[in-house]
Amino acid sequence: MCETCGCGTGNNPVKISRPGESEQEIHDDHDHSHDHDHPHDHDHPHDHDHPHDHDHDHPHSHGHHHDHDHPHSHGHHHEHEQESSTQRLIKVEEDILGKNNLMASRNRGYLEAKGVVALNLMSSPGSGKTMLLEKTILALEGLKAVAVIEGDQQTLNDAERIHKTGAPVIQINTGSGCHLDADMIRQALDHLQLKEESLLFIENVGNLVCPSLFELGEKNRIVIISVTEGEDKPLKYPTMFEHAHTCIINKTDLLPYVDFDTALLKKHALSVNPHLHIMELSAQTGEGMEQWIQWLMEL
Amino acid sequence: MEIDVNKQVMHELSIAISIVDTVIKQAAMASAHRVSEVELEIGVFSGIEYKSLEFALGVASKDTLLEETLFRIKRVEAVAECPDCEHLYTPEGMYSYCPECNKQGIRLIRGTELQIKSLLVEQNE
Repeated sequence: MCETCGCGTGNNPVKISRPGESEQEIHDDHDHSHDHDHPHDHDHPHDHDHPHDHDHDHPHSHGHHHDHDHPHSHGHHHEHEQESSTQRLIKVEEDILGKNNLMASRNRGYLEAKGVVALNLMSSPGSGKTMLLEKTILALEGLKAVAVIEGDQQTLNDAERIHKTGAPVIQINTGSGCHLDADMIRQALDHLQLKEESLLFIENVGNLVCPSLFELGEKNRIVIISVTEGEDKPLKYPTMFEHAHTCIINKTDLLPYVDFDTALLKKHALSVNPHLHIMELSAQTGEGMEQWIQWLMEL
Repeated sequence: MEIDVNKQVMHELSIAISIVDTVIKQAAMASAHRVSEVELEIGVFSGIEYKSLEFALGVASKDTLLEETLFRIKRVEAVAECPDCEHLYTPEGMYSYCPECNKQGIRLIRGTELQIKSLLVEQNE
């Protein structure tokens, strides 16, 4: 499943494993998995299984419905080909992430109306997102109002750390979920009394894969990588780096102790996304924090 | 303040749930009593694991109208355009060089699709 973050549903009785990824194999496998999932124990699957049972009843069914329901429907050929069938092809062409993107746009509109700039912070677990936030909130004291939405699978630990800084904070626990989505943010926004012209930090679930697909309504997407990780992270997780606007290289105070080539990381990150804005800092020692704070103030 | 989100979500599962919801809505609009097939177009650079999505669709459609539905996943290969010389080619990843001018950095034309294309339904009337 979501192997990177290990958030799959553990008791899965279906094992999907096959060599290659061809369309045909995928179909076979899907059918197969259904057999195991639903062993005909309830309902009456066979009643519905044979499309021709119903054919004679309504051979006249083309005209009305579908023209109205779907003005751009291309269902015609299909019905003519199968005159004695009630089968119909409906063209949908709908983006699967459309619902989330719509909700994200609503969030964005709500935030813009309040003059709030939202930042989506994404990284692997342990890159130092929460400490960066703690230090950032302290540095912004008196300069800018800040609120935080914390995303984790479990615990209130991060929210409690942020709470100690005095900033308003909401924790979203996603259970086994590996990312925040726009609807979760909308719910969290209902509980946050955001100040006008403030900054909203959204600390996403620690995961370099899944959060990259889900817009939340943020103005800027920030990927954080620490120098204790590999320089090839941008190549291993290109989607995340491609979708980000900003990259923070954290824990630079550890550079003397680790085998990490900052120039190589930058080269890889920029090869995936030439527009990425990169900043280096250490939230622990404060080194490089001024440029980050400066950048935040100018958003 | 804590919000519990009672959703079991890896991202393929949230996407599968979204697919199932959308298809059920479309089927209801068409007065369909059965959805035989759903055709999806998923690009290789859409950020989706095909196997995970297949599995997640099985989970998401369980105990719904789509329990017996065949999901046809059409895999869309990537096509990139070189931002410099506009040559079209198949990129190996986001990290690709144009085979014509060797310029780095790509503009994806195809490969990020994440779409429900069509449904094959049976109607009541």
